[in-house]
Amino acid sequence: MNIIQILFWFLSVLAIFSALMVITSKNPIYSVLWLIATFFAISGHYIMLNAQFLAIVNIIVYAGAIMVLFLFVIMLMNLNKETEPQKSRWLKIAGALAGGCLLLVLVAALKNSVTKEQFATVNEGSIGLIKNLGKELFTTYVVPFEISSVLFLSAMVGAVVIGKKE
Amino acid sequence: MYLLATDLWFILEKAILIACIIGLSFFIAMYTTYAERKVAGWLQDRHGPNRAGPFGIFQPLADGGKLFFKEEIIPLASNKILFLAGPGLAMITSLVTSTVIPWGAPVATAHGAIPLQVADVDMGILIVFSVVSVGVYGIMIGGWASNNKFSLIAAIRGASQMVSYELPMGLALIAVIFMTGSLKMSEIVASQAANGWHIIYQPLGFIIFFVCALAECNRTPFDLPEAENELNFGYHQEYSSMKLGFYLFAEYINMFVSSAVITTLYFGGYDIPFVNEAAWGLEPWLLSLISFAVLMTKIAFFLFLFIWIRWTIPRFRYDQLMNLGWKKLIPLALVNMIISAAVMLWLRK
Repeated sequence: MNIIQILFWFLSVLAIFSALMVITSKNPIYSVLWLIATFFAISGHYIMLNAQFLAIVNIIVYAGAIMVLFLFVIMLMNLNKETEPQKSRWLKIAGALAGGCLLLVLVAALKNSVTKEQFATVNEGSIGLIKNLGKELFTTYVVPFEISSVLFLSAMVGAVVIGKKE
Repeated sequence: MYLLATDLWFILEKAILIACIIGLSFFIAMYTTYAERKVAGWLQDRHGPNRAGPFGIFQPLADGGKLFFKEEIIPLASNKILFLAGPGLAMITSLVTSTVIPWGAPVATAHGAIPLQVADVDMGILIVFSVVSVGVYGIMIGGWASNNKFSLIAAIRGASQMVSYELPMGLALIAVIFMTGSLKMSEIVASQAANGWHIIYQPLGFIIFFVCALAECNRTPFDLPEAENELNFGYHQEYSSMKLGFYLFAEYINMFVSSAVITTLYFGGYDIPFVNEAAWGLEPWLLSLISFAVLMTKIAFFLFLFIWIRWTIPRFRYDQLMNLGWKKLIPLALVNMIISAAVMLWLRK
């Protein structure tokens, strides 16, 4: 095993374990903290694929901003084990069945797809570096990029309008 | 093993460098607490600490020893795991940023140049930014886990303050990146050594960045999360012993590291002003040492500035803080960015 493989297994186990902890934790604060750990593990995977910009933006935006707001809301609502709504057993079974069906469909759909033969290029390829990514975004994909920025602006204006006092 | 055989020297070199930087951060933070009290005494026309050793020079050791031997209290109603994790997280996030800062000119040896920087990555400045944005968890988790209303309010204040001031900070940074054309810290320093420091071209950007750095470090006039007249002590009210020490110490390490970042971004990093040091013909290691000393001098000035501001300006009210962040600094930073971009475009044509 070289260092890339060691890192890959470590990050994969970390990502899957913390993702499982997100959904099994009773305390919602723990769920959020495990979700942050998941984001860090995924960022590590991005770095191994040489997508450095994506990795850093994932940490800045998701782990650093969005999860802070999640934590904010949960802390202010003061959720405890006692206030957690108790779901009936049938609902749990139905949820597990529905999730299992989705997994089955996904596996069936992707089983014979061509992506099976394509391997991710680890530690090579330069498209994820910020220079190449920026050039690509502002030349090839400039129209969708600008349109999505307008979309963000309208979302911001909408948030301000909703948040404004009468 | 293949892995260890080839990388051993590299790992050893980096491990030594990391140990040195952590030691240096702790040492500087220790003496910043001393400097804080001395400067406060000076500004308030009194002596400051002068009992432990000559001029009170051993005061930080005495303070540390005192905190170390205090009784450790974990409140019964607190969340124990997170209560313990809070100070550790605050400490880790304050130390991590120092990895991307170039601490001096590379040392040329027989085995090639050794950079005085733990990681000269492509994303340098963005890593600083991401660690800053993650830095709020130490305060939030500690404040929430204490199970105290004052601590919770302080934690929420701290988090909203840090999230708000990250935005103008990032916008001020973009103007610097325009000037350099690179996110690498080493290249930011190199371009300043060649073309003049960024403070000449970006005075407004520097002011915005500095104000945001004050807010991110929770320093006066933005120390709302630990406003003792409203919140008793804020997020670290329930903490005692070394856990409190970690929180207090993390603030000083934050100050040190953000001074280093400000110096690197706007004041030429380890560049020696007004001279061409390459023409002196000195030994390379001596040159590295001098450049490191120059960087530390600049950092010391900013640490003094932090302390000076703390003992001069009173605390903002919370609504003033939010108004300053969202309604003044962000538009200002946007205007600064657009003007910089326009000028750069005009000059390049």
